[in-house]
Amino acid sequence: MSQYQGNKEDLIMELSNIASVIPELFLACAGMSLLLYGVFRGDAAYKAVSWLTVVAFVVAASLVFLGEGRSTPFGGQFVTDEFARFMKCLVLVGSGLSVLMALSYNRREDMARCEYPVLILFATLGMFMMVSANDLISLYIGLELQSLSLYVLAAFRRDSVRSSEAGLKYFVLGALSSGMLLYGASLIYGFSGTTSFDSIQAVIVHSGSPSIGLIVGLIFLIAGLAFKVSAVPFHMWTPDVYEGAPTPVTAFFAVAPKIAAVALFIRVMTEPFGAMIAEWQQVIILISVASMVLGAVAAIWQTNIKRLLAYSSIGHIGYALIGLAAGSEEGVRGILIYMAIYLAMNIGTFCCVLSMRKGTAMVENISDLAGLSRHQPLVALALALLMFSMAGIPPLAGFFGKLYIFLAAVDSGLIVLAIIGVLASVIGAFYYLRIIKVMYFDDPVDELERPVSIELKIILTLSSGFVLLFFLAPGPIVQSASAAAKVLFAG
Amino acid sequence: MPADLPILSIIIFLPLVGALFIALQRQDDAGIRNARNAALWTTLFTFGLSLFLWFNFETGTPKFQFVEKYSWIESFNIFYHLGVDGISVLFVLLSTLLTPICVLASWDAVRERVKEYMVAFLVLETLMIGMFCALDMVLFYVFFESVLIPMFLIIGVWGGQRRVYAAFKFFLYTLTGSVLMLIAIIFIYLQTGVTDIPTLSKTSLPRDFQLWLWIAFFASFAVKIPMWPVHTWLPDAHVEAPTAGSVILAGVLLQMGGYGFLRFSLPMMPLASDFFTPLMFSLSVIAVIYTSLVALAQIDMKKLIAYSSVAHMGFVTLGIFALNIQGIQGAIYQMLSHGIVSAALFLCVGVVYDRMHTRLIDRYGGLVERMPIYAFTFMLFMLASVGLPGTGGFIGEFLVLVGLFKVNTTVAVLASLGVVLGAAYMLWLYRRVVFGSLTREDLKLITDMNVREVAIFAPLILLTLWMGIYPTPFLQIMDASVANLINQYQSALIVLDNVAIPGK
Repeated sequence: MSQYQGNKEDLIMELSNIASVIPELFLACAGMSLLLYGVFRGDAAYKAVSWLTVVAFVVAASLVFLGEGRSTPFGGQFVTDEFARFMKCLVLVGSGLSVLMALSYNRREDMARCEYPVLILFATLGMFMMVSANDLISLYIGLELQSLSLYVLAAFRRDSVRSSEAGLKYFVLGALSSGMLLYGASLIYGFSGTTSFDSIQAVIVHSGSPSIGLIVGLIFLIAGLAFKVSAVPFHMWTPDVYEGAPTPVTAFFAVAPKIAAVALFIRVMTEPFGAMIAEWQQVIILISVASMVLGAVAAIWQTNIKRLLAYSSIGHIGYALIGLAAGSEEGVRGILIYMAIYLAMNIGTFCCVLSMRKGTAMVENISDLAGLSRHQPLVALALALLMFSMAGIPPLAGFFGKLYIFLAAVDSGLIVLAIIGVLASVIGAFYYLRIIKVMYFDDPVDELERPVSIELKIILTLSSGFVLLFFLAPGPIVQSASAAAKVLFAG
Repeated sequence: MPADLPILSIIIFLPLVGALFIALQRQDDAGIRNARNAALWTTLFTFGLSLFLWFNFETGTPKFQFVEKYSWIESFNIFYHLGVDGISVLFVLLSTLLTPICVLASWDAVRERVKEYMVAFLVLETLMIGMFCALDMVLFYVFFESVLIPMFLIIGVWGGQRRVYAAFKFFLYTLTGSVLMLIAIIFIYLQTGVTDIPTLSKTSLPRDFQLWLWIAFFASFAVKIPMWPVHTWLPDAHVEAPTAGSVILAGVLLQMGGYGFLRFSLPMMPLASDFFTPLMFSLSVIAVIYTSLVALAQIDMKKLIAYSSVAHMGFVTLGIFALNIQGIQGAIYQMLSHGIVSAALFLCVGVVYDRMHTRLIDRYGGLVERMPIYAFTFMLFMLASVGLPGTGGFIGEFLVLVGLFKVNTTVAVLASLGVVLGAAYMLWLYRRVVFGSLTREDLKLITDMNVREVAIFAPLILLTLWMGIYPTPFLQIMDASVANLINQYQSALIVLDNVAIPGK
């Protein structure tokens, strides 16, 4: 403190810097204290640590809500704005629900170690950094904090070969993609002379036509980001990691990190490189089409429901990227609405996957759902709603997500992309329908174990209710998404 | 009733209330009995309410009536906008009439998962009526496509041997068509800034856009109606669906396609409709003749009637694209009478199927000896399907042919050939099933229709005869709307032609 005594202005500056990152600071402190608490109390504290993590998320959410306006503290390394707040809320919902969903599974499967919620908390902190990054360096720090936590989580069941393999695979491929991203970042720095997003933007706008080095750097950056959102052709890790990781971890992977990575993707493309849309638009269109088509076609032959959901998430990312390819405010708004709905659909679906149990063993095959509509009609109904929603059938939420995305695409003149998108959604509908077919049309085999734990029941009810009733009042989400998208295109 | 009562919303959502009530019933005998009764009374009450529309409908004006308009998705200017005109009110009535009949027809036939079955039908009713009342394109699309969900489940859960195949085919075919329409709807919205159907009917879009948009809408409606060559889902879906499912499919779901052409393609894309008329004529004539020939070769009763549906819907598209008052009125009339007649024919198949559990024509013969009432009913609807004067089918076909002769004699002659073929396969079916001698052992104990079945058929018989003998009330209701449709179409052609010439 003493160094500021002579300079009051600096002190105020520093305080306002800190004020902008209170949610992040809070999460960091909460994470460290929970880790200490967990270490002292041992694994008996798993439940307490989990609930405290959820409480920390709730507090962080209210701190996020308290912020307003746009500020770029720490010399512009970091940014908080409406967009960041929207995405942070989604991330918190995803992370918080993932912690709750894991409760009964982890206890049953001997995974109830208190590092679990803490790792999710640190990953969430990393995602906050990603969402708010305004500099290539803070981008990388956020990304790595998140990724390292995720690698450990994927291998969390260290005695299981599958889980360790998933963790290792994720780590090796993730490191490779980080390498590409870093290489891209260094090229960008070399050719623009700065790492700050604001300065990069200024350099591009002033230079008129961007230099070839900048373009190559951007392509490498896109490759790294595409890996994080698991877009084709950087998707190969997704099915293996989804299948190998313990199911609650997969549920977490499917939502929060995806949302954060999409947020980062949007910010990087629209803010610093917004003026280079002519260069990156075609790349995004290509990976969007590839993701939609591969996500739809490759899922058809899957028998494992976690693998199927991996391909489904690849497809969904393809749709979200349509909005990015549109490169407009409407497009970003579409993505934000899409990700909010994607979050609800995936959380609900993974609740069902987490409740698939026969005897003492978890089962993961789609055929294990046979006849579910007879012995657990409500779970079957909820899952059917979620599947119809994922297929984009009105009046369910998934349809509206697609509607806003396609609206933006057609508005930007990407009609062919939109048509490919809707046709891919028809192919995709096939495998979602297959799950419904197994539950409703097939004869029951051995019953799945009951009862489903209470927290799963509540989360499932909430998410399927959201999906079913979204059409009644789409206003709030659409409006906050609009406000969030607006700030990216304000300048 | 007070004038500002949201009568359409009540009619639309009443079945949903019934569905909720049924869903809360217990899964025992009493619960199942409650489910059946609740479904029947809800649908009957809904039908009663929809009669209010019939009696209070103001004829002689093309305006939309009983209009309701609330903001829905504000930032996009999308409204919850309902209303009926002379065309849609008839389809609303058709839907509300057929649903209680479906519930009655499933009374004994459906024994498994009765609750879910009734819920599915009530939800389906809500969505069908909503679709015919919707005056906002997005709202229309939501209803139009949500219909797939209950219908998919009805075919897939309560269907026959190959139900899974049929359900998937139905769903994916229809979805493929619909998503293209979605892109077209988005495009129109972005061009004009509104999704309001009455406003858009008066707006003219540039010709090049119209052609593409027309194709997109065509993809959806042609699958739904269905037109040759995208009709192949229909025979499968009909054969595998339970009786009531076929009834709704033939009675209402197919009419959605024809309704779509009338509501979207003609008023919003008049130039494109004009441009594509030869295509529609060719496809429809092929449908009428080809599917009639295919029907002749069928050994399954339901499949035969399904193919006859395709042929009849061919008449509908011919009538619509004749684009004169007789043609369009005939097409609407044909849709209504087809809705009743083919629904009744599927019910006729259902009656014997419930007893013998087979639909193969060979397995029957000489039914008239044991089932005189059934023979009479079947004969009446068979003749209505053929288009015998005095039945509803005649008026529709006659008007369509009159309209067609005015624009294209060749097409009209070819279409008349379809009438002859239609008579051939229906009469032959009737001869093989009902006449002849009763030789099969298992048929010797077959019983005639019971009271419930008579009660199902009685209103349909009366209605068919009424539509055949005194069609004026029906024509009167649609008159102003159809005339308005044609006027708008003609003036759009003239205006746009004048604009287009200096442009070239």
